[in-house]
Amino acid sequence: MREELLRLIEYNSRIELPELATLLGATEAEVANEIADLEASGVISGFYTLINWDNTDEEKIDAIIEVNVATGREVGFDTIAEKIYKFDEVKACYLLSGSYDFMLILEGKTMRQVANFVASKLSPIEHVTGTATHFIMKRYKDFGTILGEKKKDIREKVSF
Amino acid sequence: MRDPVSKVAKSMQPSGIRKFFDVVAEMPDAISLGVGEPDFDTPWHIREAGIYSLEQGRTFYTSNSGLMELRQEISRYYSRKYGLVYDPKNEVFITVGGSEAIDMAMRAMCDPGDEVIIPEPCYVSYVPCVALAGGVPVTIPLKAENEFRLTAQELIDAITPKTKVLMLAFPNNPTGAIMDRKDLEAVAKVCVENDIYVVSDEIYSELTYSGEHATIAALPGMRDRTVIINGFSKAYAMTGWRLGFAVGPENIIPQMLKLHQYAIMCAPTTSQYAGVEALRNGDGDIAKMREAYNQRRRYLVKQLNDMGLECFEPLGAFYVFPSIQSTGMTSEEFANKLLAEEKLAVVPGTAFGACGEGFIRISYAYSLEELKEAIGRIRNFVDRHRH
Repeated sequence: MREELLRLIEYNSRIELPELATLLGATEAEVANEIADLEASGVISGFYTLINWDNTDEEKIDAIIEVNVATGREVGFDTIAEKIYKFDEVKACYLLSGSYDFMLILEGKTMRQVANFVASKLSPIEHVTGTATHFIMKRYKDFGTILGEKKKDIREKVSF
Repeated sequence: MRDPVSKVAKSMQPSGIRKFFDVVAEMPDAISLGVGEPDFDTPWHIREAGIYSLEQGRTFYTSNSGLMELRQEISRYYSRKYGLVYDPKNEVFITVGGSEAIDMAMRAMCDPGDEVIIPEPCYVSYVPCVALAGGVPVTIPLKAENEFRLTAQELIDAITPKTKVLMLAFPNNPTGAIMDRKDLEAVAKVCVENDIYVVSDEIYSELTYSGEHATIAALPGMRDRTVIINGFSKAYAMTGWRLGFAVGPENIIPQMLKLHQYAIMCAPTTSQYAGVEALRNGDGDIAKMREAYNQRRRYLVKQLNDMGLECFEPLGAFYVFPSIQSTGMTSEEFANKLLAEEKLAVVPGTAFGACGEGFIRISYAYSLEELKEAIGRIRNFVDRHRH
């Protein structure tokens, strides 16, 4: 049940307990215990809402930033990552294989605000040797959801 | 002028349910639980393989029996799933959907007067296909108390010296019933003892919810007396591609192929390339869809039983077949009134044989949100009409 439960709530965390139990063919108590377990062990790390900010009046801009760093004898990736991800502006921080070390997703109100952050906060961090900033211009699909897509049922209404 | 229409064509009854379908089609604001096809789109990688074949100019006939690549993939599939070995050269051929394969099997196997046993409720084409082939359809009314499985005794009771073929269709449309290995063993024994062939329509074989599907062809003595019909429509959500196939012994399949060659030439080439991709890389798609169907199935069974529309737990396909006898209505009354009063279409059980009286077919090839809306309407309706 564990993996099926996770797959169910990964894209819809709002399904209520009685319904989850029905869908999974389990009792409410079993599902509640499983969720409690998953939260306690950190498998479930939070609940989020997928918002398409482009359809609001809120000014917002996201950027993807490649970061190269120089590690040292006492300073590994984890230490440098911590210095970076503690900033509230950093929404996501990943260590990558390939031609640069970290990829960040940065959130700001304006391009200038993001640029300022990179220039005055990120670049000066000791061990950061280079950055490249890519502003996100349009979001087509996020978290597995195609944004703005309304599916229409075009099947014949009845068939054998 | 002479009558241009043949006696055979005239004798075919148009399905009574068509009138009901026409009414539904004229109600644009009606919602429906009446479809017999998946709500999912064909997975993109499969569509893309079809598109790529067009870009490559693969726009010609394939061989009559279908692309060798595809027949090999089908042969591999049966070997890996059921340990059944079919020679892709003359024991596999590609058809225009499972429907064509049913027709070809009946034409290839029936002599005038041969009886074909057809357990009902079942898909609507079996009886007419047998009749068109010159055979005599002999129906067995399956029972709700057996969860609509065929028992050995029911089969024995229907056998006459003229019985030649048993038409088996599990997982079943419309009941959602399955037959597990034990159930099939009892039936297979009767077939072997009475020298009866089986045409097994396994189009829903990938949609079972309590372990793997069992095929009668894999049972002792049955491989050489069984034609399996299957296809891509339900497993990979590919109904519009019209792609199916038949596998069976080499004394039957080449005969079906001969008829297919004159009637059809070959299945659509684009679809065949898409089918190769589906069999090679589509297991994950099936697993995902199966899981979604299974959740909806659990939801529906619970809701229907809670509101007093009794149903057994269907373990295959994407249908629930609840009894509506507690409302005192016939299946058709129920469906007509539900449509008129709640603007919700379901298919009366009688569309699938007289023994479907007292039942309706509800499809769960719909999103959970749509099912919830529909269940609300059924509940209103049932509450209003219960005495």
